[in-house]
Amino acid sequence: MKISRRQMLILLPAAAVAWESVMAGTPEDAPNYKLTDHWWGMLIDISKCIGCGNCVRACQTENDVPDGFFRTWVERYHVSDEDMTRPEVISPDGGKEGFPVASEDGRKYFFVPKLCNHCADSPCTQVCPVGATFISPDGVVLVDQTYCLGCAYCVQACPYGCRYIHPEKKVADKCTLCYHRITKGLTTACCEACPTGARQLADLKNPNDPIHEFLKTHSVQVLKPQMATGAKAFYNDLDGSVR
Amino acid sequence: MSVFKDAGHLFRFAGLFVLAFLVFLVVRHYVVPKSFGQYGHYRGAAIGEIAARPVKFAGHETCETCHSDVADKKKIGKHAHVNCEACHGALASHANADDPTAVMPVLPDPAVLCARCHTASAAKPKGFPQVDPANHYPGSPCKTCHHPHNPGIDAGGAK
Repeated sequence: MKISRRQMLILLPAAAVAWESVMAGTPEDAPNYKLTDHWWGMLIDISKCIGCGNCVRACQTENDVPDGFFRTWVERYHVSDEDMTRPEVISPDGGKEGFPVASEDGRKYFFVPKLCNHCADSPCTQVCPVGATFISPDGVVLVDQTYCLGCAYCVQACPYGCRYIHPEKKVADKCTLCYHRITKGLTTACCEACPTGARQLADLKNPNDPIHEFLKTHSVQVLKPQMATGAKAFYNDLDGSVR
Repeated sequence: MSVFKDAGHLFRFAGLFVLAFLVFLVVRHYVVPKSFGQYGHYRGAAIGEIAARPVKFAGHETCETCHSDVADKKKIGKHAHVNCEACHGALASHANADDPTAVMPVLPDPAVLCARCHTASAAKPKGFPQVDPANHYPGSPCKTCHHPHNPGIDAGGAK
């Protein structure tokens, strides 16, 4: 195709206008939601988790997570009392359909649901070369999928293995803490579907949130505290063998 | 003006730099999204876009606005803290429809559903009610004795 100088002069500004409207996006402001009023995290009570996989299935439904990829998953630990540094860990299909029946053998069993820790000092957002992943003002680690190049630096940087490259979109994907739900006053899909209350959404800036009382009165830990990530997935009853 | 006598080529070169800088500014204006840097080194509008994604689980408060009879029954039993969609599945399509009867939820199969949580396994926390389906009245459906919304025996099943 041959474009004359006259056509070019008309086409360039038209393309610029079109590009601008693409880049501006179509943000839909959630009414009555103030970014600065919240600081989100999650409380996970190991002693309550029964490994049913409801959270994994709910997450896949709510967020269209492709098969074989997980924004949240459940691991089953099997720990011997002589060697707690080498636990047997299984997570068949992320625990989506539950776990095989275990028989009593004198060793310790427990389930550990995992998800993005929404770190306050997250290694994944620091390595992004284009500013496509970020910590929102309300403390949720998000990915701008229209801006992401799919270089996967963040996938390598996450110490918790919580990110993946979406097989169709070819961009980074991860738990959004159901950002589209929590900004509307709902809880996350995993918390909504958890039958035992092992997972609880927590707003650390809300003085009336039961999380404050819980953190004060329980032995709560985060995963890999030595990495100083400022993780906000708080685990109650976390065993020392959990990696 | 002797200083600038033979400096014409430098001015042309400087002009080229100024022109390149102007082109850079124009290109930058169009290429960098409007909301970039609004909150930090990212596109501020992305927050709104992510928040605008559709909801699939309606949330138990939404269910209870219509199904208050079930909610009342459930809250006195052992399943009080089990949310509706934990068993019935994601139902925002039903709850948020203009005519909820147009999108009817499928009744879950209790044989699969009850077993998923209550099949006995040494891995589950002690104290969580568990049964071995092979020994606990095999062949009879759970709801013969346990109503799913209030599973206590004295609360009565279908019998």
